[in-house]
Amino acid sequence: MTAPVIELTGLTKTYNIGTPVETEVLHGLDLSLMEGEFAALIGPSGSGKSTLLNIIGLLERPTGGRLAFAGRNTATLPEAEITQLRGRSIGFVFQFHHLLPAFSALENVMMPAIIAHGAPSDALEATALQLLDAVGLKAHAYKKPGELSGGQQQRVAIARALALKPRLILADEPTGNLDTRTADDIFALLREFNRDSHCACLIVTHDPRLAARCDRVIRLVDGRIADDLPTA
Amino acid sequence: MKLRLPFAPLVALRFLREGRMQTLLILAGTAGGVAVIVFLTQLITQLQAQIVDRVLGSQAHVVIRPLEEANLRAIDDPAFATLIEPRAQRLRSIDQWENVARLAADMPGVTAVSPMATGPAFALRGQASKSVALMGVDPTLYRRIVRMDEYMLSGRFAVEGPRAVIGTELAKDLGIGLEDKLRVMLPNGRDELLQVGGIFDIGNKDLNRRWVFVTLPLAQSLLDLPGGVSSLDLTVADIFEAQALADRLKGATGLTVDSWMQTNAQLLAALRNQTVSNNLIRSFVVIIVALGIASVLVVSVVQKQKEIGILRAMGASRAMILQVFLIQGSLVGAVGSVIGSLLAFGLLQTFSAIYRNADGTPLFSAELEPRFILMAALVATSVGLASALIPARRAARMDPVQAIRS
Ligand SMILES: Nc1ncnc2c1ncn2[C@@H]1O[C@H](COP(=O)(O)OP(=O)(O)OP(=O)(O)O)[C@@H](O)[C@H]1O
Ligand SMILES: [Mg+2]
Repeated sequence: MTAPVIELTGLTKTYNIGTPVETEVLHGLDLSLMEGEFAALIGPSGSGKSTLLNIIGLLERPTGGRLAFAGRNTATLPEAEITQLRGRSIGFVFQFHHLLPAFSALENVMMPAIIAHGAPSDALEATALQLLDAVGLKAHAYKKPGELSGGQQQRVAIARALALKPRLILADEPTGNLDTRTADDIFALLREFNRDSHCACLIVTHDPRLAARCDRVIRLVDGRIADDLPTA
Repeated sequence: MKLRLPFAPLVALRFLREGRMQTLLILAGTAGGVAVIVFLTQLITQLQAQIVDRVLGSQAHVVIRPLEEANLRAIDDPAFATLIEPRAQRLRSIDQWENVARLAADMPGVTAVSPMATGPAFALRGQASKSVALMGVDPTLYRRIVRMDEYMLSGRFAVEGPRAVIGTELAKDLGIGLEDKLRVMLPNGRDELLQVGGIFDIGNKDLNRRWVFVTLPLAQSLLDLPGGVSSLDLTVADIFEAQALADRLKGATGLTVDSWMQTNAQLLAALRNQTVSNNLIRSFVVIIVALGIASVLVVSVVQKQKEIGILRAMGASRAMILQVFLIQGSLVGAVGSVIGSLLAFGLLQTFSAIYRNADGTPLFSAELEPRFILMAALVATSVGLASALIPARRAARMDPVQAIRS
């Protein structure tokens, strides 16, 4: 029996509360994601995919409803614990990689561990090098993000997301600006890690081909879950 | 083994390095400010110390004299219009001066006491006659009041029997040299033949012309002050405590007690004004440097918005982000103070080579006291830290989502 990593019940999100431009973006979502599950989140632009991902990633607080992470209600957790949970248990991959330009690829991969442990160490560096090796970038470990191609940058971002062996990977259009072959590679990397570490993955994508290769496809339309189906 | 910096300093250093031009500019500003402050402070401290030193080089820190004689109203009633004329002051001795001297010597903070019998006289040689001050002293004690040995041009500061020590201007005026004779004559008709045992230059023409040192017993007999002294000169440990000490002595003895601070009130006021304006300049420089650091960091926070968002998404707390920017501020201050101190040292070197006294010696020394470097480092680092406060709080409060979405 696998346990849910996240559970949403009646989750809502409203922006600009109390102003004339108040907008409810998410209208009471019920959703859970199990350990080891590999799900795609699809939907038209502006349907609230990124908003949902940011809320699940504990970057934003929901306006209403309940969000439980590994069985704990996040509404009652203090800011410090939320931050720690986000750092240690969740790995982010964004569309535009979001690497730190002042740090080398290796340092970028080490950063979550540096934040979690307070300082770098030889052991952390060895782990980070292994990860870079796994994404095929060992030779580029000491390059700055600016010296890497888009695909390479996204691989570094994936290595970074995996650095602390998170229980949940959240990817917001990770292959959005890559060519088909590179996109396939990146997708394969995520899939591989999901199989090996049994973490849950939620991947926002506009690519139906990639969505079809996930275990489950959740479709969001206008802030509501239109359908949520396992792939054949 | 590599140097492994903890998170906050690691990121702070990297951010500073990344914003190369900004960092250089703000470092230059801070260093310039520190240089101005250190240079000014060192210069003014030195010059003030020199002025005070020069003033105190020829006078006692505290002088005890008999009370001035005053005419009292015979009928102490304001209804009677009386004209009270100030009485002419005769030369008198301090009552029981040995006891007063002992009391003064025992007072904490007093390092030397020297009795003196002094009065007006004429120095004569041939047709020349000069008005002088006859100063009867014990040379051993008086050396601890005025460092006479340092001022001797020829001979020694040793008075004994009829041997006297005179200033170089008087020697010139009378046309005499070492071992020559001169006669002194007093208003009471007494006179004595003296022999010049030493000639001094105390750095003040007036005093060089007037002071004639003789033994205490000789002066006592010439001035009609048998066994008496007209004043007690005191040296104190802390020159700026002189007035407080004088007040205490006045209370204890009931005599007239003056400190150098009273006699040189104008000079002290001038020094104080100089200190005030120096503080004003320093405050302005500190404010300008603080504004500079703060404004550069504010810009940096905006520029680093995305990076801050990424770090927060990876689990960095608000406190960690706060630290990153506080460290940047203090680092700029600390490094700026080091460069600034070096600059100040260079300035002192240059200016002390350019500005010289009339005799060619440097107006001030090129030394930089370590305490000023320490002060600069402390002030600059705290100013850096304080100026980083507002930008750092802004950074810490920033919404990570905003940064990541864009
Ligand atoms: N901070 C905000 N303030 C107000 N409205 C917002 C804010 N963030 C998002 N929205 C609105 O919420 C809605 C959902 O946005 P979101 O970015 O989640 O959509 P999305 O599904 O990710 O779209 P896309 O596929 O284009 O990335 C949009 O209408 C957007 O304008
Ligand atoms: Mg989006």
